[in-house]
Amino acid sequence: MLSDTERQEIESHLAEYPYKRAACIEALKVVQRERGWVSDENLRDVAALLEMTPDELDNVATFYNLIFRQPVGKHVILLCDSVSCWIMGYPNIRRRIQERLGIDFGETTPDGNYTLLPVVCLGDCDHAPVMMIDEDHHRDLDEGKVDRILESYREEA
Amino acid sequence: MESPLTRNIQPDRVPLDIKAVKRAGGYEALRKALKSMTPAEVTDTVKRSDLKGRGGAGFPTGPKWSFVPMGPEAPRPKYLVVNADEMEPGTFKDRLLLEGDPHQLIEGTILAAYAIQAEVGYIFLRAEYKEAERRLRKAIAEAYEAGYLGRNILGSAFSAGFNFELHLHVSAGRYMCGEETGLLNSLEGRRATPRAKPPFPQVSGLWGQPTIVNNVETLSCVPHIINNGPDWFKQLSYTEDGGTKIFGASGRVNHPGLWELPLGTTLRELIFEHAGGMKPGYQFRGVLPGGASTDFLTEEHLDVKLDFTSVQKAGSRLGTGTAIVLDDQTCPVGMVLNLERFFAQESCGWCTPCREGLPWIANTLEALEEGEGLPGDLDLLASHTRKLGPGNTFCALAPGAMEPLQSALKYFRADFERHIEEKRCPWRN
Repeated sequence: MLSDTERQEIESHLAEYPYKRAACIEALKVVQRERGWVSDENLRDVAALLEMTPDELDNVATFYNLIFRQPVGKHVILLCDSVSCWIMGYPNIRRRIQERLGIDFGETTPDGNYTLLPVVCLGDCDHAPVMMIDEDHHRDLDEGKVDRILESYREEA
Repeated sequence: MESPLTRNIQPDRVPLDIKAVKRAGGYEALRKALKSMTPAEVTDTVKRSDLKGRGGAGFPTGPKWSFVPMGPEAPRPKYLVVNADEMEPGTFKDRLLLEGDPHQLIEGTILAAYAIQAEVGYIFLRAEYKEAERRLRKAIAEAYEAGYLGRNILGSAFSAGFNFELHLHVSAGRYMCGEETGLLNSLEGRRATPRAKPPFPQVSGLWGQPTIVNNVETLSCVPHIINNGPDWFKQLSYTEDGGTKIFGASGRVNHPGLWELPLGTTLRELIFEHAGGMKPGYQFRGVLPGGASTDFLTEEHLDVKLDFTSVQKAGSRLGTGTAIVLDDQTCPVGMVLNLERFFAQESCGWCTPCREGLPWIANTLEALEEGEGLPGDLDLLASHTRKLGPGNTFCALAPGAMEPLQSALKYFRADFERHIEEKRCPWRN
């Protein structure tokens, strides 16, 4: 069941488009903001609200890199693996995160605190290498900086 | 040297609020157009300025607008879509304009909408640009409040009650959304697969209605063209293409960054003056002049003028104008592998050459990097650059992906051969 807040927020976007399905990506993100990911049940509820079949909506949901159809950790690390970051030392950053957290791309730490995912160029190429954690951009990364950043999210937990 | 696009952008990028924007001359062009210019005059002014699209393809903006059906018989509504889905690897210039001066973009968008008589607009923004999203939301609200958006804009009798609603649409991450027709499918709530052309979006685009899709930087130029005229805009550049351009550089240069410079600035000036040359201990080997889907240029091309025609003559494309520099301590094969993995991942899977060809290319390059390359591999790669080239695929993704590969095979062939002969990547072990 969608919460009242989710339902209201999704409905508030409907006026922006002439057809309901145009709001489907935004609707999936509304659910994801509340729950972290989109379960099969959530997907069916959103589809019903937007007068789509669950298959039509899943067809869209599985296309977009930032819609999660599996559970993710409390914090999602999006590490840029595109060319400028690669030149500027992305492989070392990836290795450091792997060593510190014991997870590779697509995995979540056993305590459920972090999920690590690759992301397409974050548009911060003059500060490469870069990553995002949740909604925050972290730039000019080196191994020491990665340690400090990961530590700061752990304290928050 | 004038820099109209960035003149109101602060070093920390915190944008001016609408009062300060107005004091600095913001929305004067909109006032001028709505009180004294017909839509056709706006289009004609942009046409005469020689503004070409800044999203990568360089299509002339004025002529693009003039394909939209006009007059009382034209289908309604018409749409104006802003492509703010900046995801081309190595490209970070629209972000500066979105974060630093959202009102400039909004004014340009309203002017474009007026020119084609669009009723509704969408800014299609990539999800990761959170700061841009917050600032655009604020700026759009301010523009509604000031009467620049909504019904009967500026209450002008001359423009006969021009109405325009502007919405912010935030995407969920997929490079294909940058492709014009993929973007339109995505806006409709579908997978961002490309559409067959014709019909072109100008005639049948969003929900089958006439639609113009323009890049952020392109639209940001428009208020200045209306304010100062097409001749002024043309003389900003060193060459026949009008205007300035936000150029950028990343990689192992001393001062990676962004600069607004005249079109026609040389590659040498960009890399060795503005970007400060190579970091100590690194030599320049090559550069992708305008994002991941442009051909490499090398030392011999440093005096090429960075405008659409000159870069094309040199065998590459101006693309997005953000240069990615290859140094002597970075493996060119590894760099191309990184690029092709990206394209293989982001292929939408709609057409076979792209869906099947790109992973095959990435795997072949990976084998070279792992010391498992075979003597026939370079011919195989070369044949793919033709099979995935223009005309064989549904959209420009795969042909774009072939540009860095075909030029790397040309300029760094000896490096590819060393990987096969030595059965290893000479840069890694």
